[in-house]
Amino acid sequence: MAKQYSFYPGCSSQKGASSSNYLTSTNSMCKYLDIQLNEIPDWNCCGASIGYAGGGELPRITLSARNIALSEQHNPGQDVVATCAACWLATREAKERLDHSEQMKADANTALKEAGLVYNGQQKARHMVEVLIEDIGFEALGKGVKKPLKGLKIAGYVGCQTNRPFGVNGESFENPMYLDNMIETLGAEAVTYDQKVTCCGGALAFSEPEKSQKQIKDIIESAYDHGADMIVTPCPLCQANVEIYQGEVNKRFGTKFNIPVTYYSQLITVAYGGSASEAALDGQLIRATKLEDLAGK
Amino acid sequence: MSKYRNSFLKEVEEKVEEGNWVKMCMQCGVCAGSCPFGPHWAHPPQEIFMMIRAGKREEVLSSDSMWMCTSCYQCIVRCPRKLPITHIMHGLATYASRLGLVPKSQPTQAFGQLFWDNLVKVGRVNELKLSLGLYFKDGFGQGVKNAMAMQSVGLGLMKAKRLNPMEFFGGHGVSDKSGFHAMLKKAQEIEDQRKKPA
Repeated sequence: MAKQYSFYPGCSSQKGASSSNYLTSTNSMCKYLDIQLNEIPDWNCCGASIGYAGGGELPRITLSARNIALSEQHNPGQDVVATCAACWLATREAKERLDHSEQMKADANTALKEAGLVYNGQQKARHMVEVLIEDIGFEALGKGVKKPLKGLKIAGYVGCQTNRPFGVNGESFENPMYLDNMIETLGAEAVTYDQKVTCCGGALAFSEPEKSQKQIKDIIESAYDHGADMIVTPCPLCQANVEIYQGEVNKRFGTKFNIPVTYYSQLITVAYGGSASEAALDGQLIRATKLEDLAGK
Repeated sequence: MSKYRNSFLKEVEEKVEEGNWVKMCMQCGVCAGSCPFGPHWAHPPQEIFMMIRAGKREEVLSSDSMWMCTSCYQCIVRCPRKLPITHIMHGLATYASRLGLVPKSQPTQAFGQLFWDNLVKVGRVNELKLSLGLYFKDGFGQGVKNAMAMQSVGLGLMKAKRLNPMEFFGGHGVSDKSGFHAMLKKAQEIEDQRKKPA
């Protein structure tokens, strides 16, 4: 029987939004892995990190409390699973605050009452990579590989928010290995480079482009210097920042970057025999041609 | 004992998110050395903590340092005293906003507010309106220039179906808008009550 999860897809995954390719490939990946994602009905934005500026503490935490309350009501007994790093972080952080403070929980529930909801704190908030690592495991993941991603050299870019402050159980903050292990499990080569957990600037890519593009440049430069021909990440903002600003970075720093940045869900889909469209490879601004070729074989 | 405590530290402890941790800082500076935007902070976190303890209210709250936080959480995981530094910085920035002490045209404050207002409207972020709001925040002329400069990024995203021009006329949102808005209004009321500036 399929594993069931209460799914929190997040704003950027929606049709016509910046990580819609993440959702398409996640759905394909889950079909191959026999994972059933039950979307939380009427979920709302988590406030991301930058939401602090306008939202403050309680309104921000109440956003996540509403999602968890809806999940508890409609998908009882299931873990909340997010694909977006910020969605996961905000939800897990909110749960921690709500469960550690009676006052915060009471306040959030007073607000939730206005929407006819109640937060009980019964469900865990997890990231999709945790499901892959902990509930499926690398060994089982490797068994389903039909097309090993042979010859691909991939820089696993973990970034910040799937890694800090919570991270994946048993991994170090400075050098988490799960993404490299996943890449190797799929038959590709994981490149060792020194910018695996460097910040891409996050939301400040919009407000402080110059400072953020320096971060992005360092990440891509290191990936290239260590022989990577693709970058893969578990975070939609890492993906967007590192992929779409390459033209800007090139203009600013005189570089000639043109490296594809994909999601782990796209790699898994292709390795499991999925087509390029199932892996949403048409959603790349910089086409992942080597992966497309493999998918087409 | 309270008379030995300066009033700004007390204010931060009471009114700023996770502010009760400030006194735990031991001034090692690992946060400053770990921050990706470290060189851009006029006062790195450990300095901010010391300034709070020294009662430098105006200097702290009107500084744009806290607005350099990218929410990467590097400082939190490396802090030997386990201070939730990221959240304290967010808290100080928010508190400064409430008091109207943020430097004029601080870009991250402006973008953060834009983001919040955007998501509150229909319950989900409308990326098209968010980008346009950012480009046009300094008026129409500058907006057109900004939009033109980012044209290739926008067109690339549209081609990849990751930006939808039709979002301008509506787009995704929650169904229970009235419940969502009533909930946030109540949360804001309670927040205002608890965090009312001293």
